[in-house]
Amino acid sequence: MNGLRVIFQREINAYLRSSVGYILAATVLMLDGLLFYTQALGPEARVSGQVLAIFFYTTSGLTVIASLVLSVRLIAEERQMGTQVLLNTSPVRDWEIVLGKFLAALVFITGITFSTLYMPLMIVVNGKVSIAQILVGYSGLVLLGAAVLAIGVFATSLTRSQLVATAVGAGITAVMFLFWPLSTVVDPPMSRVLSALALHGRHFSGFQQGLLHTRDVFYYLAVTYFFLLLATKVLEAKRWE
Amino acid sequence: MIQLTEVRKYFGEKRALGPVSFEISPGGAVGFLGLNGAGKTTLLRILATDLRSSTGEVEIAGINAAANPHEVRKRIGYLPETPPLYRDMAVGEYLKFVGQIKGLSPDSVDNRVREVEEYTQLTPVHHEFTQNLSHGYRQRVGIAQAIIHKPELLILDEPTKGLDPVQVVELRGLIMRLKKEHTILVSSHVLTEISQTCDRVFVLNQGELIASGSEDEISANLSGTYRIMLGARMAPDTRADDLIHFVRGLPDITSVEMVQQDDRSLTLSVESPTDCRGSLNRSLVSSGHDVVRLELGSNELESLFVELLGQKVN
Repeated sequence: MNGLRVIFQREINAYLRSSVGYILAATVLMLDGLLFYTQALGPEARVSGQVLAIFFYTTSGLTVIASLVLSVRLIAEERQMGTQVLLNTSPVRDWEIVLGKFLAALVFITGITFSTLYMPLMIVVNGKVSIAQILVGYSGLVLLGAAVLAIGVFATSLTRSQLVATAVGAGITAVMFLFWPLSTVVDPPMSRVLSALALHGRHFSGFQQGLLHTRDVFYYLAVTYFFLLLATKVLEAKRWE
Repeated sequence: MIQLTEVRKYFGEKRALGPVSFEISPGGAVGFLGLNGAGKTTLLRILATDLRSSTGEVEIAGINAAANPHEVRKRIGYLPETPPLYRDMAVGEYLKFVGQIKGLSPDSVDNRVREVEEYTQLTPVHHEFTQNLSHGYRQRVGIAQAIIHKPELLILDEPTKGLDPVQVVELRGLIMRLKKEHTILVSSHVLTEISQTCDRVFVLNQGELIASGSEDEISANLSGTYRIMLGARMAPDTRADDLIHFVRGLPDITSVEMVQQDDRSLTLSVESPTDCRGSLNRSLVSSGHDVVRLELGSNELESLFVELLGQKVN
């Protein structure tokens, strides 16, 4: 566990030191503010629950993009800079490397996500939504972010090129997003399989509405675990190359 | 300290290394010599547990590297060809990170960073970001990170590559000091580098070990003879021819050649199937001559290396 802690600390410090982290945070917050103003508040009259649901919907898209941007550099960059060899020859396990980097990225994404809290709090002040609804929505955002980060970590474990990692990560994420619209046009049982596997849609809509289903929590945790496990196995396998 | 048994490494269909078998005892410095692409880096990466061998067994400090790489990694320090530096970290911060990742406790790591910085003369750049350092300083940081956890085995892959002559001399001095505390493996294709720092040499060519031993042993094995440089001050009333005749008549001496004569001093190149320096010295002294020089090996590592590769090609 020592390796995990040390790698986590290094990654967090790297985020706080690098301009990329601040630029990403600023971009997400600016876009989220604009989307909140144009989409969630909008010109039409809406009940506060609807406004909150639209806010979480738009924020989820930004969380997905930010998670991908943040994650695809994690291991590919180590290979590019030649520092992966330091981790490989130190007494740290592959899972500690993967989990340390993942958790640091998750903390950073969670930080950015919770920086948008002032927007739902405005709805609380001016409308009728509960704090629990907001917390459930943010839980969904964090879980969705964790799942996409794990996909990105897997993609970045495959290659030394951040461009290739971005393409692979975005590809997997896009396909898992498309499962939802696909599920509406195919027949059962395929439609049920696709909707159960879809990254957004069925599993995120509950969080959006302030409804906490253990099924959805389990789904995101399972996706996260699956891709982190794959990333660990890829790192192990790379030693055989 | 290290035992390799029938180790091979393939990258796809291509054999990069092996079969290689050897044993290295603790202490001293061992050099791995070979042309580019000879398999030095692959071999060192396997020993550093950065790569796994395709076949064969690697044991370091009695631990099987494939079965328990984690334990092996606690005992090794590795400097790859390019030092593994995080550009966004200052030297002190980087060494602290490496110390912690190598298992030093948070209480002891700061002291150890200070010690290592003093040892490798990095104290003046403690606060400098590694991306702003000169190549020489980067190599030193690379060595500092490799020794920070006091490993038993230190693996240095081409440590002097790209350094200017002054930096090469400084780094060579550092390696000589490190030899006293660690078993060191150094790879290089610069022959003088290996010759000046290592006690034992392994010569690799196309992934295979083609010679091993000290420079003198390789020389003797290669030609089947020891070449001894003998410097003598002749006894009164003795001519150079008499002395050469006398030496030629001693047991185990196969050839004697005059290298230089300066008044009453002679330098001779003597060949023998054995290292007969002891008996040669005794015989000369008992005959009234003074021995002023008696050393092995006029065969420089460079010529040996070329000869070895030539034999392999033939």
